[in-house]
Amino acid sequence: MITHPKAQELTTAVARWIDELRPDLDPRNAFLARVSANVLGVIGRELTLGPAAQAAATERLTVLLDYRGTFEELNADLCRRLRAGEMTVETPGLLAALKANVLDQLAIDQPNYRHEGSAPP
Amino acid sequence: MSVDVLAALPRLAQRLGGEGAVLAAAERLSGGASMETWAFAVEAPGAARRDLILRRRSAPFDPDASRSISLSGEASLITAVRATGAPAPPLVHLCDEQDGLGECHVTQRIAGETLGRRIVSDPRFDAVRPQLARQCGEILAQIHATPPPAQAGLKTADFLGELARYEEVYRASGAERPILELAFHHLKIHAPEPAPLVLLHGDFRNGNLMISPTTGVAAVLDWELSHIGDPAEDLGWICVNSWRFGRPDRPVGGFGDYSDLLEGYEAAGGAPVSLKRLRTWQALGSLKWGVMCLMMYQSWAGGLEASVERPMIGRRVSETEIDLANLMEAGL
Repeated sequence: MITHPKAQELTTAVARWIDELRPDLDPRNAFLARVSANVLGVIGRELTLGPAAQAAATERLTVLLDYRGTFEELNADLCRRLRAGEMTVETPGLLAALKANVLDQLAIDQPNYRHEGSAPP
Repeated sequence: MSVDVLAALPRLAQRLGGEGAVLAAAERLSGGASMETWAFAVEAPGAARRDLILRRRSAPFDPDASRSISLSGEASLITAVRATGAPAPPLVHLCDEQDGLGECHVTQRIAGETLGRRIVSDPRFDAVRPQLARQCGEILAQIHATPPPAQAGLKTADFLGELARYEEVYRASGAERPILELAFHHLKIHAPEPAPLVLLHGDFRNGNLMISPTTGVAAVLDWELSHIGDPAEDLGWICVNSWRFGRPDRPVGGFGDYSDLLEGYEAAGGAPVSLKRLRTWQALGSLKWGVMCLMMYQSWAGGLEASVERPMIGRRVSETEIDLANLMEAGL
């Protein structure tokens, strides 16, 4: 595998080019160009943060469910148990683990999204 | 049927303005998947210029399958709510075949700002911002007190019905999202007791409000999701964090507090609603928005829509998940 340019550098380069074009576009395409630049931002963050986030999420689900498996297996089993009401907001550690997982996902999807648990502005 | 709106507008201007009237300006403001909004103006000799808004359906409409009401239903609705004092834009004209524009109506154009982020952060709105939540409460009380016009063909929705409808859509998507699963189950067992049903706006949030920097809420827009339901549905929807535009500390639309909204609602004659009840509906609102984000991704994945915007909205599900986790952690 090559070491340079990294995939994230390529997405950054394309995002910058889109930003240069934006002022010359009609409103609809200017909007879609901004969305496209955001898409490249998600891809870039997923490339750098995704593997560690997936590993951490798998570890949290392993502790919660008390057995080992792939992320997909554990996630599917957790969903089944939540749907059946076998695990609820009362289950020790459940909300904390789910929150930690979604915060890692949010750091990829929308790092600037501010929610009720965010630090004050 | 494809319609050239710009070609048809001069005729409409003449019809609305009478002898010698001309189209002075025309501009498409936004285009959703099924609805277009146009701003235009009519000038006639010896009369003041009239700034108007045309709302027009641009895709086939099935009133039985759709959650939206027809534009003629919307016209009867905004006329009805104005009679109780709620600030909907006054209806000017309901289009017919003679206009050659398809299904559409014309209302007055109300001056102000609809962009949520500007309303919550632009200094131009600093003076009026502290009044907005109370005004929203008062306006919702007026809307909820309006007798539903029969010709609007409104549907009825309640908490458990909405929850079941969105769970069905979620199940059909094949997605496996633990926080959404938890929220479906949690809200099912914590559903609020049913309340007397009233006329609802159905999409009352920062983004559908025309805000004046001097007087506050000047008009409530986009009535197409109006239906009959629980008053707390409208009160909770405007508090969903996804439309606080970066100001989670100001729960009502990013501009105000729960207490102002609820006090304004009661002062204007609305039946008292507890914060707990509002927050439960707010949670259902976040859950619905999360499922809608999944649906918009799916409309792209299934080839129905080609826009890059659609798959990207699928990445907004996680914002609703953190909001739901916060609500459940706080005991709603």
